[in-house]
Amino acid sequence: MSPLLSARGLELRFGRIAALDGVDLDIWPGEVVAIVGESGSGKTTLLRVLSGLAAPDAGSVIFDGQDVLGMNEAARRHLMRTQWGFVHQNPRDGLRMGVSAGGNIGERLMATGARHYGNIRAAAADWLRRVEIDPERLDALPRTFSGGMQQRLQIARTLVTHPRLVFMDEPTGGLDVSVQARLLDLIRALVAELGLSVLLVTHDIAAARLLAHRILVMRHGQVVEQGLTDRVLDDPQHPYTQLLVTSVLAA
Amino acid sequence: MTSAAAKPSPPSGGRGLGEGGAQGAYAHDTGYNFAYLDESTKRMIRRAILKGVAIPGHQVPFGSREMPLPYGWGTGGIQVTASILGPSDVLKVIDQGADDTTNAVSIRAFFRRVAGVATTERTAEATVIQTRHRIPERQLTEGQILVYQVPMPEPLFRLEARVAETKRMHALADYGLMHVKLYEDIARHGHIATSYNYPVMVDGRYLMSPSPIPAFDNPKMDRMPALQLFGAGREKRIYAVPPYTAVRSLDFEDHPFRPIRAPHACALCGSRESYLDEVITDDRGGKIFVCSDTDYCTERQATKAAAE
Repeated sequence: MSPLLSARGLELRFGRIAALDGVDLDIWPGEVVAIVGESGSGKTTLLRVLSGLAAPDAGSVIFDGQDVLGMNEAARRHLMRTQWGFVHQNPRDGLRMGVSAGGNIGERLMATGARHYGNIRAAAADWLRRVEIDPERLDALPRTFSGGMQQRLQIARTLVTHPRLVFMDEPTGGLDVSVQARLLDLIRALVAELGLSVLLVTHDIAAARLLAHRILVMRHGQVVEQGLTDRVLDDPQHPYTQLLVTSVLAA
Repeated sequence: MTSAAAKPSPPSGGRGLGEGGAQGAYAHDTGYNFAYLDESTKRMIRRAILKGVAIPGHQVPFGSREMPLPYGWGTGGIQVTASILGPSDVLKVIDQGADDTTNAVSIRAFFRRVAGVATTERTAEATVIQTRHRIPERQLTEGQILVYQVPMPEPLFRLEARVAETKRMHALADYGLMHVKLYEDIARHGHIATSYNYPVMVDGRYLMSPSPIPAFDNPKMDRMPALQLFGAGREKRIYAVPPYTAVRSLDFEDHPFRPIRAPHACALCGSRESYLDEVITDDRGGKIFVCSDTDYCTERQATKAAAE
């Protein structure tokens, strides 16, 4: 078996600041990898580079044997709407707010050639059910949804085409804790059910513990420590990881 | 003339002296170059037209000029017409299907004066037809060119505000968004509620705005023997559909495209096939339905009168 996504020697500088400084990363099929670290440590930049949204100064990204950085935009967009999914921190960045819930979910299907209205609608209703939104709300606009529902709608919209790799940028940020818990539970169930690979960026150590199989700790654009989630969080080796783990608040 | 490509350009530099007057029905006002535009502008527009014909449905930018009529009245169409017109052409101009409305009458008079070309109201006689919002009912032929006036050439502009992004979507044939719009129509209204300016795919590649013609006219664009040219003056775009090119209206498999027409017969000629206008006849709610294509209607009335 070979990794689904493999990055080697990624470098990216913003002026004097190194956002990525020699980052290597592998994601295996069915694996959930969390990237944790404080603000400005290069987490989101790494996500953008891996998904082809930003070009690095040096390094390579290989997805399923294809060179992501070398491919043209048409091929990358095709990858983006078939094999990949992207869940934004703010659901407003990932949803079309003027389009009904059904239209939002159906967009990826239609972009990949679905042309049967009844089937698209059935798939959309099914996905609403799977993310625990009442299918009655199929024709409602996303702005009438609560923050947690919008985030779940964004997940439904992303997963409807059964992507193999999903990038998630702080999916639980900005939600209150009970809603967060429900969302984490839902993501965990869907990931297990669909056998997704997920790259999760978060600064919430607890969320990472719940979802991730493996954790990478980033600081100043470098991966300072990585390993199995329980190993990293229970026996942190690097001083920064030790600081991070001891800083988690317990209720 | 048969097409823009085959037409030799009129001699330049001569200020068009007497060019149109010889064969045309009217005297050409020699104060203007033939067909108003100067020769280098016409050459520039012809290049854009040729490029448009070479890439069916693709919007070609061009240096749109000020014309002696306001934006929205057909500045794009009139520039295309001026560039393809030759002295022996016969011009027909229609506005919402009618030959006798202000816009149609003025543009015909304009070209009579600046090009001295013959004009007509008969679809069959015309070699160039400039149109706003309709396609004639009579089947067009290989010898004809249909010039559309286009207010907004970008079919995606209501869905994506950024022009740079719509260009990218055209380049990558990334048209899922247009189907989202149709999906929303069906979800809200139970059917596709777009009744004019209904988006089409040209030659299976480019999404194109057919200009605000009724959806009823869309099927006429498919594999039409005449060359179709589209000019948008304010937006500075020209695009084209060459003869016999496939033009397909977007739809869903279970909600196929249906041309919509008022379920009546024309009050004047009795046609049940043509596109109808609703005309208010008094201030007590009285109304009749008549053909929007006046030439088609007149012809049918004449045939009926001759038969009686």
